[in-house]
Amino acid sequence: MGKLYDMLKKDVRYQEALKACINCGTCSAICPAASFYCYDPLEIMEIVQSQNETQLEELLKSDKIWYCGECLSCSTRCPRGNTPGLLIMALRKLSQDTGLFVESEKGRQQLALKRAIGDNIVRTGYCIYIDTMKPERHPESGPVYEWIYNNRDEVMKRMGANYKGDGPGPMRNIPQETLDEIKKIFDLSGGTELFENIEKYSEQKAKEMGLQFDETTDCEYFNEIFTKTTKKHTL
Amino acid sequence: MIIEGKQRIWADYQKEIADDHYFYVRSCIRQNFFPASEVTFWKIIRDYVHKDIFENEHHSSCSGIGYHSDVVPFTTTQAVVARQFALMTENGYKNLTSSCITSFGVYSEVLETWKNFPEELERTRDILYKATKREFEVPENVAHTSDLIFKYRNQINDMAKYRLVNVKTGEPLNGVEHIGCHYAKMFPSKGVGGAEHPYVLAGMIESWGGRVVDYPERRACCGFGFRQYFVQANRGYSVACTKRKFESMEPYKPDFILTNCPGCPYFLDRWQYVIAEMEGKTYGENGYGIPVLTYEELAGLVLGIDPWDLGLQMHQVSVEPLLDKMGISYDPVKKYLGVDNKNIGQPTCPSVLKV
Ligand code: SF4
Ligand code: SF4
Ligand code: SF4
Ligand code: SF4
Repeated sequence: MGKLYDMLKKDVRYQEALKACINCGTCSAICPAASFYCYDPLEIMEIVQSQNETQLEELLKSDKIWYCGECLSCSTRCPRGNTPGLLIMALRKLSQDTGLFVESEKGRQQLALKRAIGDNIVRTGYCIYIDTMKPERHPESGPVYEWIYNNRDEVMKRMGANYKGDGPGPMRNIPQETLDEIKKIFDLSGGTELFENIEKYSEQKAKEMGLQFDETTDCEYFNEIFTKTTKKHTL
Repeated sequence: MIIEGKQRIWADYQKEIADDHYFYVRSCIRQNFFPASEVTFWKIIRDYVHKDIFENEHHSSCSGIGYHSDVVPFTTTQAVVARQFALMTENGYKNLTSSCITSFGVYSEVLETWKNFPEELERTRDILYKATKREFEVPENVAHTSDLIFKYRNQINDMAKYRLVNVKTGEPLNGVEHIGCHYAKMFPSKGVGGAEHPYVLAGMIESWGGRVVDYPERRACCGFGFRQYFVQANRGYSVACTKRKFESMEPYKPDFILTNCPGCPYFLDRWQYVIAEMEGKTYGENGYGIPVLTYEELAGLVLGIDPWDLGLQMHQVSVEPLLDKMGISYDPVKKYLGVDNKNIGQPTCPSVLKV
């Protein structure tokens, strides 16, 4: 066993997720990601169970750990009470802690998720917030969403929401002192550190790839990771 | 004897849902996409079934979408959740009700972890205290908001103005339901009916006069997949999973789809638009889609609340075919008006999907 394994074992989710796997393949049969991507949860279980440090490192650098949709359907069906999806979550954390996530196309997308969702939580207190969900980034949301977004003050009022208001109610502003508490929680629990790691390793990678990088969601690197697929990932 | 045995077996699928006094925690997804569903939920719990429910303005997102997008560490999520518990405790509540399936799954996961790893609980208490000077008790009961509507479904039926029955034929309407993965797949005992026999939505449909269709892909994921939807390059995964569900339910000619998670109705609604535009395929009758409803919207319709007060104009798939079948009267002119009938324009029409 080596350093990466030692780190992985500290994650409670690893301990919850993997008891002896009997390689029965039930998880792979039920897995929605396995029917779309070149992905097999059983393979992940096998590699991790083998405790081979080199193979683990390869896994952390690969696209394989980024295909899972975290639906946790595998949890219900495993005869041994394992949860491949939960193990994936522990592997993704380790891949980001060690910077290995930038070595794969799907892994690099973490920067987009950090900037879109992570930053929202600390800035607004919500993961998802209408103001930051622009229709041009979400053409699938249809013309009705464009209408909602462009008229959000009026539509939210019509729905009885408290959009940008004080006090309780849907869409209210979360008070600054609450946001300060959330920020402190992130600082003390490793949340801020993970954000900083994602930014740091992504910036290094952008340099290596020769792509322009800044803190916006419009720089070359962001657009590359958010929209492009350069290799075949699907079946 | 046999009945006793059966009762024992089914006891595993029951879930205890607190009777009153709920501390409410919000879903970011629902408030953005289905704000009127949240408003309706409050109306039903307070004004129709007369229960005490309370919101503290200092509560926040549970961080669940960030957690499942792997940009928020588990330790952080535990502390964010603990902060919600602290607000609950400070306000004298013991029962928590959460309005998002992802969030409900996160609360369940955190509580299970604390049972199995007491050191995680201790560490969380420590972080929360250092960050906020707050302390907390764990809730005695955690219910998803749909559990409450399920619990009061028969009371709602007693007050019903409309039922899930085709007014022209007198036949029950066909409903397909989608439970949402994180409701019970990870912790089956936390959901009504467990993972095998999901009953939380089916119970509502039956109580309100409809017929539940058991389609093959009933338990399959809607394909949200967090990073699979949020990152544009991955969205093919999302639409492919949802399409598989549509294909599976189509032969049963559902009159509506009922959903549990505030994310799922969004995807099941919007992907019908996308599939229509991409492939010219529609799943409802005469070029329409299959109306997708949240359980609050369906309860609201049954109770006779105006469809435009329920926010049904925020859907891409028209709900009018369902309203017509149920015999609900509505004013089409008012659909897209703002407060005090203010004209705020209308969405443009999709090129394929009929609306
Ligand atoms: S279902 Fe469980 S035991 Fe079977 S291969 Fe998957 S993880 Fe291993
Ligand atoms: S959690 Fe991941 S591995 Fe498990 S079934 Fe879902 S997509 Fe597959
Ligand atoms: S899981 Fe639900 S409540 Fe929690 S952050 Fe997400 S949408 Fe919001
Ligand atoms: S069905 Fe979809 S949105 Fe709902 S819980 Fe599963 S992945 Fe989430």
